[in-house]
Amino acid sequence: MEGRFPNRILPYALLFPSIAIVVAFLIVPSLQALRLAFFEVSPFTGRGLFVGLSNFRVLMESDIYRHSLEITLLIAGGIVLAGMTASLAVAVLASQPLRGLGVYRVAILWPYALSPAVAGTIWALLFDPSTGPATLLIRALTGLSPNWMMNGTYAVWVVVIAAAWKMLGFNVVFFLAGLQAVPGELREAAQVDGAGAARVFWRITFPILSPITFFLFVMNSLYAFFELFGLIDVMTQGGPGGATDILIYRLYQDAFISARWGMGSAQSILLFVMVGILTALQFRFAGRRVFYG
Amino acid sequence: MARHGWGALLGTHALLALATVVAVFPILYAFQVSTLTFQEVFAFPPKLAPGHAFLANLAQAWERVGLGTLLLNSSVIALTVALGKMCLAVMAAFAFTYFRDFPGKGACFVIILITHMLPLPVRIVPTFQLMETLGWVNSYQALTIPFFASATGTLLFRQFFLTMPPALSEAARVDGAGPLVFLVRILLPLSANNLAALFMVEFLYMWNEYLWPLIITSSNDMRVVQVGIKMLVATDAQAEWNVIMAGVVAAMAPPLIVLLLLQRSFVRSISLGQEKG
Repeated sequence: MEGRFPNRILPYALLFPSIAIVVAFLIVPSLQALRLAFFEVSPFTGRGLFVGLSNFRVLMESDIYRHSLEITLLIAGGIVLAGMTASLAVAVLASQPLRGLGVYRVAILWPYALSPAVAGTIWALLFDPSTGPATLLIRALTGLSPNWMMNGTYAVWVVVIAAAWKMLGFNVVFFLAGLQAVPGELREAAQVDGAGAARVFWRITFPILSPITFFLFVMNSLYAFFELFGLIDVMTQGGPGGATDILIYRLYQDAFISARWGMGSAQSILLFVMVGILTALQFRFAGRRVFYG
Repeated sequence: MARHGWGALLGTHALLALATVVAVFPILYAFQVSTLTFQEVFAFPPKLAPGHAFLANLAQAWERVGLGTLLLNSSVIALTVALGKMCLAVMAAFAFTYFRDFPGKGACFVIILITHMLPLPVRIVPTFQLMETLGWVNSYQALTIPFFASATGTLLFRQFFLTMPPALSEAARVDGAGPLVFLVRILLPLSANNLAALFMVEFLYMWNEYLWPLIITSSNDMRVVQVGIKMLVATDAQAEWNVIMAGVVAAMAPPLIVLLLLQRSFVRSISLGQEKG
């Protein structure tokens, strides 16, 4: 083949560091997690007892774990729906060929630089029950001023707002890149033919955007499942009364606070199943796009 | 679009300005509160102008949780991981694209892709146990080495290298340049944009990592700034927002600066990826 080097050993040498790290720190520990999930490990002696599927059965029958699964799906759904809808609207507006829209595109990415823990702390400040600007605004609009973090339902929504806010700019940047791929002539032709803005959007823009929409759906879901630990730990510690006790927080509690290695690993395997489903959907519907994650 | 007229133009600007305020206001407000005294935070009506207490608040936060050490640790691990991932990703992508096919190439590609399927939470207990076995608990090794492999980076550079004209490496070969000389002298300078984009993404990722540093470090010498935020929040009975926000500013300033410097490369790298489909 033209332009390729003939060296036989060098490519292996170049690949060795990556392969070694993946095998030693990702593949082998994952297989061990699968094995550990079938054991009950004593926190005192460290010895394991084979218990078959018992850990999984206990999890499935546990109200706490089922609640945790439901709340994770609810929060993920909120982030995906609210965050992506808002991001798409912003991207469509900002993609118009009008002067002076570049300013917005720059500033909107800022929250992406922040960690979930920092985002959570800032939103806890904004929703502070006595001085928070969000509290003051909502009180002015509705007359309500609850202590947000003491109420389970409100706490979930504050978590969703903080988490979706952090992803806003990331989503907008990808939607904007996707919108560049929509041929301007196609839209203009449709407009000349008398199609309204809404019709052009749903019939032309949205279908062309669907791979990127799906990619962002997967990225936002993975974010909701795996990246929100810091946000929860800083804002609510899973409370009040377990209202924001998402799967990753439960895993941390069981594995590292209660030292139940087997139970923790069984939860890891269930999380792996969820990643597997999302990744399979990703490859099936969105193609092999570079994941920024 | 011109025929939509002034109304549509104003509406578009108004909505985008609102979205920008939603994105930026919380960050600016955190800066604002970090400059107030404790009394000013609870003043009504709220004080909107910046105060003069930032250095005093920062000194408080610095003393309470040892911010200096935390910032140093976060810088060391974020820089090490970002640079390590860039090196390994470039090397792997180069091996996949610029050599005659070799046995095991497909298998190696799959192994690196698998990284996507195995985020830390799905292997956290055995990885923790492995760190104990290696004696890496409370060490920089534990906070950096397990993160070095990058499927994102490998795919990004592989995709980019595949768009390079074959004549480029052919010319280098005819001139007698070896593959590594070609990589360093020709290919890397052409990859500046992607290198910057990957550096930004990975620096932010590692600087912002929370769960792994929390469980793998227990000594105050090895803690990172993200965990420091939690320590600041937790030490307060009545939230001293001014001090907490001084800590938040310290934790978010470095990644914000990296974002501002490299944002253009990041956006351009995404746009290019889109065009290639």
